Amino acid sequence: MSKREIDQVSGTETTGHEWDGIKELDTPMPRWWLVAFWATIIWSIAYWVVYPAWPGISSYTHGIWDHSQRDEVTANVAVLKAERAGREAALAKASLADIQNNPDLLQFAMAEGKTAFGDNCAPCHGAGGQGGHGYPNLNDDVWLWGGKLSDIEHTITVGVRSTAANTRESQMPGFGRDAVLKPAQVDDLAEYVLHISGRPADARAVKRATGLFADNCAGCHGPEGKGDRKFGAPNLTDNEWEYGPTRDDIHDQIWNGHGGVMPTWGGRLSPEEIKALAIYVHNLGGGE
Amino acid sequence: MTVHTVISPDKRPVLAADGVVRSDAVASNSAANRKLFAARVPIYPKEGSGQYRSFKWAMMAITLTIYYVTPWLRWNRGLSAPNQAVLVDLAHERFYFFFIEIWPQEVYYITGLLILSAVALFLINALFGRLWCGYSCPQTVWTDLFIWIETKIEGDRNARMRLAAAPWSMSKIAKRISKHTVWLLFAVATGGAWVFYYNDAPTLLHQLLTGTASYGNYFAVLGLTFTTYTLGGLMREQVCTYMCPWPRIQAAMTDNEALCVTYRRDRGEPRGAHKKGDSWEGRGSCIDCNQCVAVCPMGIDIRDGAQLECINCGLCIDACDDVMRKIGQPRRLIAYDTEANISRRQHGEAARYRFVRPRTVLYAGVLAGVSAVMLLTLTFRHTLDLDVLRDRNPDYVRLADGAVRNAYTLKLMNRGREARTLDLSVSGVKARQVRLIGDGEIVSSVPLRVDADKVRTVRVLVTVARADLSASHGLTFSLAAGGEKREVDAVFVPGAAR
Repeated sequence: MSKREIDQVSGTETTGHEWDGIKELDTPMPRWWLVAFWATIIWSIAYWVVYPAWPGISSYTHGIWDHSQRDEVTANVAVLKAERAGREAALAKASLADIQNNPDLLQFAMAEGKTAFGDNCAPCHGAGGQGGHGYPNLNDDVWLWGGKLSDIEHTITVGVRSTAANTRESQMPGFGRDAVLKPAQVDDLAEYVLHISGRPADARAVKRATGLFADNCAGCHGPEGKGDRKFGAPNLTDNEWEYGPTRDDIHDQIWNGHGGVMPTWGGRLSPEEIKALAIYVHNLGGGE
Repeated sequence: MTVHTVISPDKRPVLAADGVVRSDAVASNSAANRKLFAARVPIYPKEGSGQYRSFKWAMMAITLTIYYVTPWLRWNRGLSAPNQAVLVDLAHERFYFFFIEIWPQEVYYITGLLILSAVALFLINALFGRLWCGYSCPQTVWTDLFIWIETKIEGDRNARMRLAAAPWSMSKIAKRISKHTVWLLFAVATGGAWVFYYNDAPTLLHQLLTGTASYGNYFAVLGLTFTTYTLGGLMREQVCTYMCPWPRIQAAMTDNEALCVTYRRDRGEPRGAHKKGDSWEGRGSCIDCNQCVAVCPMGIDIRDGAQLECINCGLCIDACDDVMRKIGQPRRLIAYDTEANISRRQHGEAARYRFVRPRTVLYAGVLAGVSAVMLLTLTFRHTLDLDVLRDRNPDYVRLADGAVRNAYTLKLMNRGREARTLDLSVSGVKARQVRLIGDGEIVSSVPLRVDADKVRTVRVLVTVARADLSASHGLTFSLAAGGEKREVDAVFVPGAAR
């Protein structure tokens, strides 16, 4: 083994590498750095022994502490549930009206409802329940299936056009798509709907469509177009539009007859959660 | 570093003057020895005595007493609040300081306090240099305490240096173990005292001793034990030199009229050893005995001039005065003095102290102003408050008939010591309906009970009819109880015209 070269200036060995006369010093690592390096290695070994570390075929090494973050969460949730048990039971017992009149229970229901809303309802209805195209706004005073506490609770439980046996059910026909009406007739009906919602419309088209409306629409939407909650048929005169307010939007809805689906929450959420949700939605401001 | 005095070839200590030996202490930061990366030069400060040493002992006693005793002081606030005089109640989001109680909504008081601290630091710095560093900074106080412990166990500078150089022996091991043990005990006490500021002290002490306190508290004690031991015992002056930003800030803020610990080079130079009977004519008073370096807890040589390592503690003044007395020269060769005075004396002018300067006037003015505002707002602090948060998601809600509704979340704060009934009313808007969730319609005002020292949150919905929308842009929420009244203006969004 050849003797290594010592740099004259620093007194340190060189690595023997040289580039254009510049030599690389082989400066030893600082001691503290080496100590930290070895400490991390020892730490990692201790970690393997104590904590879950190595994946196996169907399981993994559990470590001698048998620690599991999932168990920890489960335990924490159980503690929280036990803490809330009293109020949860009170919530289960109380009628919707009772909850509304009990400030303490109301606050509890609102808090629980808000969480449940964020977890389950916000993706469609929006974080503030403001709705969107095809998804009803839950803040206003327009309700397709009723805005009383009991109505809201029922809608949440069974859903709309859902898989539940007793779901709220109705279907607007696609008058144009399914060739129930001629395209010109659909055009006239769109003008008619514009007219009854208090907006300017082609008077001759409105006149032509009066009979069409009575024959095809009044059955659900009522002779004056005021809607009917039995069928979830919207009021066409209030200027609130689930599928858009423009002439084209209205035409599209008559042509295609969109009907959104709301899933049933009866099997997924507990009755107390649904109760809390109903209270929360009702208290967004539009409840009746 | 094994010898402590300069030894002549005939093995006798070199005398700087008659009766004064020359120390071989070398400034750890002298320009000649400075490297880019330097290992710590161990510092063994000699224990001195004198005016400034006494003052520093007194300040140590005062600051440590304040630190350890404060959490144990009681202050009666009635049943609705804890009776600890100073308490940061994190669980209940309150800060108590004697008669002051601060809620999280009032962090501006903390801001004010921080401004006060900063400006006070600037003012003191402009007047007397780094008094804070020298006498009251926890880092230097605890370092001083730890050095004192070290001195008591291992002996003074020379003994400690001998011990450091000596090979390991039973006595060395015993001394080292006892030193570190006592350090750790003080460190535990320091960390232990800290958590009392965040909990009821007697309860927590009992919990800590019986092992029933929360993990958070034990970790806090452990953490502060570690930092106290490391920063006060092991790192000491390196914290000031390398970690603390204040020396740098101070360097930028100080001017040559600030009183700093200063070597009066106009009087001291040229320095050199003095033999008994020699004339003092044509030479300076400094006999180059290095005693000022030996006592310095920062390990520096004050004769190198103002430097960021200097914490202005004045221990070198005591050491030098001692020497000056022995050699019959006037004291205060090192003194609290200004750079400006040195150049004045060098030019034959009289020294003078200019405490009133634009910057000191400015700092004092800001200090007085902020103090006055703080005092005023604290004195007339409302026990009743109201926060109004308007819903922004959705911004507004249009109803079927074209009316528009806005929703507001109100936080009613009762900072009083008793539960109160607060009257909430809404004005300034022609509303069709003002509804309180859970309480029906508000006609003129609605009474709401709020518990002592609590916040109650309610939601209010304001609906304005379509015809009145164009004139509705704002409204006022009023909260009244007894003679107190709080009004908060809020925005009403009428929505896009349709």
